[in-house]
Amino acid sequence: MPQLGADMSAGKLQGWRKQIGDCVQRGDIIAIVETDKADIEIEVFTTGVIEKFLVQPGERVPVGTVLAIIREEGKPLEAGVSRIATVTAPQPILAALAAPAPSTTMSAARTAAGESRLHISPAARKVAAELGVDPFALTGTGPGGRITLEDVQRAAKAKPVPPAAEAPLDRQARIRQAIAAAMARSKREIPHYYLSTTIDMSRAMAWLIQENLKHAVEDRLVYGVLLLKAVALALRDAPELNSIWTGGKATPVREIHVGVAISLRGGGLVAPALHHTDRQSLDELMKTFRDLVQRARAGSLRSSELGDPTITVTSLGEQGVETVFGIIYPPQVALVGFGKVVERPWSVEGQVVSRPLITATLSADHRVSDGHRGGLFLAGVDRRLQEPEKL
Amino acid sequence: MTYREAVRAALRKALRGDPRVFLMGEDVGRYGGAFAVSHGLLGEFGPERIRDTPLSESVFVGAGIGAALGGMRPIVEIMTVNFSMLAMDQILNNAATLRHMSGGQFSVPLVVRIATGGGRQMAAQHSNSLEVWYAHIPGIKVLTPATVTDAYGMLLGAIPEPDPVFIFEHATLYPLEGDVDETAKIADINRAAVRRAGRDVSLITYGGTLGKTLQAAELLAAESIDAEVIDLRSLRPLDTAAILDSVAKTHRAVIVDEGWKTGSFAGEVSAQIMELGFDDLDAPVARVCSAEVPMPYAKHLETAALPQVEGIVNAARNMVPRHG
Amino acid sequence: MTKQEIRETVLRVLGQIAPEADLSQIQSNLRIRDQLDIDSMDLLNWVIGLHKELKVDIPESDYPRLATLDGCIDYLASRQELQ
Repeated sequence: MPQLGADMSAGKLQGWRKQIGDCVQRGDIIAIVETDKADIEIEVFTTGVIEKFLVQPGERVPVGTVLAIIREEGKPLEAGVSRIATVTAPQPILAALAAPAPSTTMSAARTAAGESRLHISPAARKVAAELGVDPFALTGTGPGGRITLEDVQRAAKAKPVPPAAEAPLDRQARIRQAIAAAMARSKREIPHYYLSTTIDMSRAMAWLIQENLKHAVEDRLVYGVLLLKAVALALRDAPELNSIWTGGKATPVREIHVGVAISLRGGGLVAPALHHTDRQSLDELMKTFRDLVQRARAGSLRSSELGDPTITVTSLGEQGVETVFGIIYPPQVALVGFGKVVERPWSVEGQVVSRPLITATLSADHRVSDGHRGGLFLAGVDRRLQEPEKL
Repeated sequence: MTYREAVRAALRKALRGDPRVFLMGEDVGRYGGAFAVSHGLLGEFGPERIRDTPLSESVFVGAGIGAALGGMRPIVEIMTVNFSMLAMDQILNNAATLRHMSGGQFSVPLVVRIATGGGRQMAAQHSNSLEVWYAHIPGIKVLTPATVTDAYGMLLGAIPEPDPVFIFEHATLYPLEGDVDETAKIADINRAAVRRAGRDVSLITYGGTLGKTLQAAELLAAESIDAEVIDLRSLRPLDTAAILDSVAKTHRAVIVDEGWKTGSFAGEVSAQIMELGFDDLDAPVARVCSAEVPMPYAKHLETAALPQVEGIVNAARNMVPRHG
Repeated sequence: MTKQEIRETVLRVLGQIAPEADLSQIQSNLRIRDQLDIDSMDLLNWVIGLHKELKVDIPESDYPRLATLDGCIDYLASRQELQ
């Protein structure tokens, strides 16, 4: 069961999208998992043949539970556990950071998601995987609270208690709960600092109108896409903001996957990733963005989209908001907010003129970056919006 | 029989058994050896085979290498490991390399016995444990007999070896009493030995600290901690399999080594456990070594500087979970 | 196409975009955006849907004329006649 968000602890398997014996390839959708927030399509990260399903549709299992066994091509199953690839979400961000590691049946994704590193001995880690014990559920009794072999063995003995069938919470309430957990943790752990700047959008808006005249209706761009691209490009110069907080320190991520906050009708929000935001053209971004919004609202996001964002952008201009003071979504270390585009007096070369203006804000983690760096980043966003044709 | 007598018995047997064998070193003849190991051998075998040498380690180790190249089976005694430093050039650049540099045409079947270790108030120039410096060198074998039986068996086992063998005799062991079966076959000099079986923690040691480690294991047993004691016996080659087998069983390891901690042989053992047995570990590997000071002369300071039973017990106790 | 038919089409496309909305409650003379909590992305999808169903071009500059249901129907009817 992959972790599809920093605070997800369990998920319900809605159903399999493949059969035993099916060949699967990296990127195939193998299952649908219902989380507190949405129904997520689960992708496969290995190529092989489905050997066995270990969890049945309708079961709710903790993060890290092995869902299925996939036999890699050309490798006999008897060759040993280490050769069995499992569908337990090698969190793509982590995969990009870490050296290739054998797939593990434990909640590796969870460590990646930025909680302080699990304090567990190697032997305990190995045996926990063998016995199917979730080490995150254990309290260590070793020196310094380390989880020892004995702790795992004790837990394994006491284990055959399947997770109690949880009373089906109202979905709305569950989304609320998930947001509550993430935001409370963020405000508890992350020392936020906030910066704000006003950006002249006249060039960007004028360029957009001209550009959209050339486009067929289904290819028209919304100005939000310009904002996203400008943020992504400015992030190239600000690796401290495009980082993941994990194991007590920040690790810059080379890929820029901007998570875009999408409000769900009836309440709640999700912030799935626009993969490689900086490398997509505006037309590509628009297409992906439109598709993402539709699927987010239809509740059919993919696991990588939920797990991957390296920063979040939220825009509340539609609601008439002028300035956003956002809360960072852990394990990310920054969030960019945009208000609405407003016509205001603006001084240009000593003349007061009317200009469309937008307020961009940065909420950033002071453990990782400082105001100076944050200021340079916002200036970078501004600079890029003054040259929309280069976006 | 004492450890000293066991070495002497092995020397005697080797001298009797092979006319190519001879003993050479400072004061090994008329004086009977600095530690009285060769006492009486001069009268029995004569000055041709029990040879007193000038006070020059470089010369008599070099002569031993030459004799070995010439077809003899020399046994060289060096009074302490500190003095062996004077012969390091001969050892590192000749003894260890000639087989390889001659494309296998020459071999150096030399045995060098070296007294090692502290605990005898001999101060900073006579008390070191520099076995790790030797264990670093490919091309030689490094043995550390810790029992009376091994003192006898490992020396006899070293004689037929085609390459140089360095035997480190911890000087505090010479008066150690024990039984030895002289008719027993030659000891396997490449294997570690389990001196005490246990489940909870592996205490890994060699040479002069074996006795302290076994005492520590008994004290731990009184606290219901079941320690296994591994005697490495040979540092090069190292019986890694024995170490890993033990750690796979106990999941915890304390390495006891009289060398200074930094760059110690204990560090090498620890690294191998980490590299090859990581998933078996339930606690970080611990090392009990000598304090990083030149060995003090004063009794209480020397005692404080060397690994002691209490330190071994504490290290083991800290990594085994408490019950009740 | 009659105004009634246009009205039905407009509501059907809206229904695809905001499936949970109760379209019968929409007030014809108030801003749709405020009643249905739709944003610019929804608006764009709506325009794309209308373009497909009614075969009319809706330039971006005309978006404000789609604000209320009544205004929207009038505008679309005029565009159809134009084409």
